[in-house]
Amino acid sequence: MASRALASRFRTDLSAVVLALFAIVLCILVVLPIGWLVVFGFSDRSGKLTLANFRLLFTDPAFIQPLFTTLVLALSASVICCLVAAPMGWLVARTDMPLRRAVRFLVMASFVTPPFLGAIAWELLAAPNSGLLNQLGRASMSTDGGALFDVYTLPGLIFVVSCYTFPYVFVLVSNALDRVPSDLEDASAMLGASAWRTARRVTIPLALPAVAAGALVAFLQAMTLFGAPGILALPAGFHTITTKIWSLFQYPPKPELAAAASLPLLVVTVLLLRAQSAVLGRRGYAVVGGRGGEPRAVRLGALRWPALGLCLAILSLPVFLPYAALLNAAFSRIPSQPLTSSRFTLEHVRFVFTELSSTRLALKNTLVLALLAATIGTLLALVISYLTARAASRGHRVLAFLATAPIAIPAIALGVGLFLAYTRGPVVLYGTLWILLVAYVTIELPPAYQQLQASFRTLSPEMEEASRILGASRLRTLRDVTAPLLGPSLIATWCFVFVAVVRELSAAAILFTSETKVLSVLIFDLNESGDLAAIAVLGLTMLFLSAAVIGLANVVPGLTRRAMRAERVLPSTWAATAATVRR
Amino acid sequence: MQKGMVGGPEILARLVAACSVLLIPLGATRAAAPAASKVTPELIEAAKKEGKVVWYTAVDLPVAERLGKAFEAKYPGIELRVERSGGERIFQRIGQEYASNIHAVDVVNSSDAAHFIVWKRDGILAPYVPEDVALHYAADQKDPDGLFASWRVWLSVIGYNTKLVKPEEAPKSFADLLDPKWSGKIVKGHPGYSGTIMTATYQTARDLGWDYFEKLAKQKVMQVQSSTDPPKKLALGERAVMADGNEYNLFQLKEKGEPVEIVYPKEGTPLIVGPQGVLKDAPHPNAARLLQSFLFSREAQQLMVDFGGLRSFHELVKDKPGRKPLREIKLMKDDPAAVEKQADEIKARYSKIFKV
Repeated sequence: MASRALASRFRTDLSAVVLALFAIVLCILVVLPIGWLVVFGFSDRSGKLTLANFRLLFTDPAFIQPLFTTLVLALSASVICCLVAAPMGWLVARTDMPLRRAVRFLVMASFVTPPFLGAIAWELLAAPNSGLLNQLGRASMSTDGGALFDVYTLPGLIFVVSCYTFPYVFVLVSNALDRVPSDLEDASAMLGASAWRTARRVTIPLALPAVAAGALVAFLQAMTLFGAPGILALPAGFHTITTKIWSLFQYPPKPELAAAASLPLLVVTVLLLRAQSAVLGRRGYAVVGGRGGEPRAVRLGALRWPALGLCLAILSLPVFLPYAALLNAAFSRIPSQPLTSSRFTLEHVRFVFTELSSTRLALKNTLVLALLAATIGTLLALVISYLTARAASRGHRVLAFLATAPIAIPAIALGVGLFLAYTRGPVVLYGTLWILLVAYVTIELPPAYQQLQASFRTLSPEMEEASRILGASRLRTLRDVTAPLLGPSLIATWCFVFVAVVRELSAAAILFTSETKVLSVLIFDLNESGDLAAIAVLGLTMLFLSAAVIGLANVVPGLTRRAMRAERVLPSTWAATAATVRR
Repeated sequence: MQKGMVGGPEILARLVAACSVLLIPLGATRAAAPAASKVTPELIEAAKKEGKVVWYTAVDLPVAERLGKAFEAKYPGIELRVERSGGERIFQRIGQEYASNIHAVDVVNSSDAAHFIVWKRDGILAPYVPEDVALHYAADQKDPDGLFASWRVWLSVIGYNTKLVKPEEAPKSFADLLDPKWSGKIVKGHPGYSGTIMTATYQTARDLGWDYFEKLAKQKVMQVQSSTDPPKKLALGERAVMADGNEYNLFQLKEKGEPVEIVYPKEGTPLIVGPQGVLKDAPHPNAARLLQSFLFSREAQQLMVDFGGLRSFHELVKDKPGRKPLREIKLMKDDPAAVEKQADEIKARYSKIFKV
């Protein structure tokens, strides 16, 4: 008896140890880089306390201009995303439009596309003179007139950023509408309201909080994005705050200014997220209670096909046109020339895979990092969400807070913070893959955690209790009972982190060294020298890699029983998470 | 690489460097450089044992990779990795990496000769004189202490797309670029990223005044990073004229039949020299020396000229017919020592004028 009591206490203690361990890990992930950001932001060269960095930041036109540009960019992108994504989300969730699942899948395809790659593709399409669309425009109108589109402008940048930000809003809105039970609408219909009136008085108000949340996420996303501005802002002749931060690492590096310029991003993010939870409350837009029936589809009648046409036309902007341009560039002699049989060449493919000596290293680093980050991130999220969902020990609230805190850290600010934290002793991680792994896990932990947390809520604790009554420890229960039940969610989370890591650029652009280059950074570097064809080949490779891994992960034996096919798993389970991710 | 204040000995070191650096005639008296090193079977064997070599270079990527493949073909078993980016970014990269004690680079080439003054002063280069350098390079093209030598030379030129601009209408001088008719049609590189553009900006500002850049900035210039990019933007047809950028990329494109043409501006053409040296803390010291010897060999230099469109200081290397020889071109004088002193100021001033 005594030994059993001892054993059970030992088990409980083990949970406490695990809790402490995770708390420490999370502190290192979150607190350390932010701490260094603050220290550097308030220090001068010699390390003395000063406000000079911030004075410069808010008085020097070289900083005010980017701050203002960023504000315009984020606001406009946010509005555009809502205008486009909310109606699309409604069409997909609540109407009888054909091919709704295909539309959802295509939205996810634009989500998987890294914004920097999309920006390069849009250079190919809409550079004022050589852009394929502009060439087409000139040919069809047979004029020498000005360009139809010019991607090297602020509106051009806003457009591209919106292309790759609108999935966040779409997912939030369609997900919210998916969950609006039809009994509310039935009630409205029974009281004599027409379908449109019901939509106006019931459905839309229920979706509004989701739209508001989407607007906020889109704003934050556009504000902290580095990839697309990194490609387009320089030729357009302006800086955003993120490209400015990046340029502060040019020789002679000014890390204290970079830190100071990162902090406003952090502060704005924290404030907006707080405002959001204050306005929407903890449960956000979820409809309380009730397992309503299937959502009622609004009959579009003759408008069914035009509605689909509209969705596909919108999706041609982030997906069809850019990928066509990349394919064209990958196989055409000169990227700006439309592909014909006489211009077809495999030279660029040959160059990338047999001559370009960084390809293999970058591919290897990207794969290793994405696999590790996805696995570690998912495991961390699993344990933390178990501990918090089951309130397994005191202090679980602290854990939950720490696990979601990185949401508020823009990737580029995290990059700067980690750079400051790990380029000097005692622990020098700069120059190793570890620093990138730390960055990726930190960035992806909140979405992974939120997703698994949500899955836990749908899982009743009875089976776990049975396992505990039969004498299994918490960890063993987690491994043998809970994890298998969570199978599909785990796979989806894992895939999500994997894809997010493959397309990450903001933090990697600050943290890489020549030995730790990843694909996204390689592509970004190739952009410096204008090697568009090589970029196209690598970009398509990157996409193929993501798709292949998602495909493989969905056929892992033993986990597939409950897993649905990829296109079904991803949109539905990524829904909650996508909204919280920033890049 | 963050250097403190300039002290007495540093000024002295700078003066020495200024006198010794490229293209400046040297005095007769000079301490002997380290003896020339041949490529011995022992060196090859040791290099093969290391199996790897990392080359940071600012030369256009396809040129670098082509030379890399030639090296790998000649010395099978040694894998060469090219780390290419603009000269200024290479300088930044090595600075960042060395500050954290990361020694990843074996051999370095920059497009900004001033960097070698700094690296020499910081003591991070290893003395090594390949046999070809000792025998076939003029004294003014190599460091007297044997730390580096002029690996390549080229020009930053004006260029235009012949489909978009008729030859008689093409700009003939820097001054011509200020004509309002070129507004919105010009592309140029950035001295914050490219060593070529940094060097060219220094020479142009010195000879024409910053006034020129202030007026050029009003021409709605498309700003790109590397000096390898403006020629590519011309070939795409994205812009009609380039205000600066690599002559050698234009040679490559022109000889492939792309519609681009070179203009050597009336005021003089900025001359760019790209030295190369072996790092003292190279992770693959033998492979590094083997690569340095190979890249200065007649064979590699000829390949660089023929395939890459660059120019060579190797006395046995022949110009490719059809390319204008250097002696027929009016050149601006290069001055790495001055660039070294003014680099930060040039970057700051340029950013202010062009807003990026």
